[in-house]
Amino acid sequence: MRVAILALALMLTGCSGEWGWYVVNPMTESGATNLKFLLSGLYYTILLSVTAIAISIVVGLVIALPGLARNPYMRSINRVYVELVRAVPILVLILWVYYGMPQLAGLSISVFWAGVIALALSDSAFEAEIFRAGIQSVAKGQYEAAHSISLNYTDTMRFVILPQAIRRVLPALGNQLVYMLKMSSLVSVIGMQELTRKANELVVTEYRPLEVYTILVLEYLVLILVVSAGVRWLERRMQADERA
Amino acid sequence: MPLSGTEIVIQIESVSKRFGDFEALKGVSLDVASGERVVVCGPSGSGKSTLIRCINGLERHEAGTITVDGITLDHSADSLKAIKVKVGMVFQQFNLFPHLTVLENLTLGPIRARGMAKEDADALAMRYLERVRIPEQADKYPSKLSGGQQQRVAIARSLCMEPSIMLFDEPTSALDPEMINEVLDVMTELATSGMTMICVTHETGFARKVADKMVFMDQGEIVETGDPETFFTNPESQRCRDFLDKILHH
Ligand SMILES: Nc1ncnc2c1ncn2[C@@H]1O[C@H](COP(=O)(O)OP(=O)(O)OP(=O)(O)O)[C@@H](O)[C@H]1O
Ligand SMILES: [Mg+2]
Repeated sequence: MRVAILALALMLTGCSGEWGWYVVNPMTESGATNLKFLLSGLYYTILLSVTAIAISIVVGLVIALPGLARNPYMRSINRVYVELVRAVPILVLILWVYYGMPQLAGLSISVFWAGVIALALSDSAFEAEIFRAGIQSVAKGQYEAAHSISLNYTDTMRFVILPQAIRRVLPALGNQLVYMLKMSSLVSVIGMQELTRKANELVVTEYRPLEVYTILVLEYLVLILVVSAGVRWLERRMQADERA
Repeated sequence: MPLSGTEIVIQIESVSKRFGDFEALKGVSLDVASGERVVVCGPSGSGKSTLIRCINGLERHEAGTITVDGITLDHSADSLKAIKVKVGMVFQQFNLFPHLTVLENLTLGPIRARGMAKEDADALAMRYLERVRIPEQADKYPSKLSGGQQQRVAIARSLCMEPSIMLFDEPTSALDPEMINEVLDVMTELATSGMTMICVTHETGFARKVADKMVFMDQGEIVETGDPETFFTNPESQRCRDFLDKILHH
């Protein structure tokens, strides 16, 4: 970490004598305004990512379950969904949902929800694969024990299999959240006022791309380090549960 | 031999089961009376587990009939559900739920499958934990317990469903020698309470003390059945004699 920041600082000082940090200098009135403007994108970056991942976890789970069925027809539903959705680039999906889908469905959609749908859809295929692997990693004996105490399928999944599967896939879900936070920057292309869009807009008015985008890099860096630490804390807590 | 009832509660008739090309059960028939204690033994791969797993529907038999307490197991959802409630099972590997405390392991079935209120389920669970002599472990997670304690929790978990029949699949095979007896004691106590039991085990001391009927299996067939006295001292078949030689003198 420290080395990376040092390297970044050296690179920055080395490439130009002309510094324009005044654009984001919190001591000056205009700098503080600019900085606030940049940071205000955080709200939508987080809201967009968290909403999208919540939806994609639910959809991913629903898609994962037929993938575990004995019936090959059910399994093929899972395969087709995962293969199709995974093949489309997120940016393309964003454009298609925002510009294409309203034409198809005959209704208009807000930038926010277009972003949420596109991100959630694209992520759900990965969530489905993560859940499928997680559920498959739970030992067969757990199903047999659930069977022997007369639990039905729903209760077996809800109380026995999924709690164990989710514990195991928590690191992978954490990765997906980080990925989602980064990919939410793509929603800026349809005008979502999140971190990246704010930075782009400030660059257009201030002509200081180096400084503004450096701040942008730092914003994502801090955000994601905080999220990673949170996920690790959650992991530790859930494991401590079992060892208590 | 003392039988608490003569009513047949498990009727297995010409049951066959194959895994791919392999015939794990080749037309097995066995009747178990109410309150009867049956001990099944036989070499590895002879189909002992497969047989008792067919009884509670963990394996699906292909030919023959299995009737438990008047219900014929035809693998309709209804018959399976009705039979599961009557039959408890204890596994070699315990199969406790690692993410739940001992108490939660015991109350999950009563609450979700029997519709009991939590307080009632807790009281029931504590009663059975006392019966297997580990009430003080109620709030621990299974990984904190010894193997013998885990298996006793697994037995209590089954008993909390108040089944009329208990199946045991080598319940002491995964245990360190010094823990085998604590589990066998619990099973012996259960046997004296009149529970109908089918135990797959090679614990001959337990078998002699508890069994009403011995069953010897080999290559997917029941080769010999008999009362323990005759079975251990004077088995009819050569295959059974060879097997007993191996497990008794070694
Ligand atoms: N799910 C399965 N798929 C394929 N073969 C199986 C399966 N389950 C059991 N078998 C085979 O069926 C045969 C009987 O197995 P079973 O587990 O009933 O034997 P067992 O008498 O319980 O042996 P052990 O003493 O080793 O537990 C074995 O040869 C085994 O390999
Ligand atoms: Mg076996």
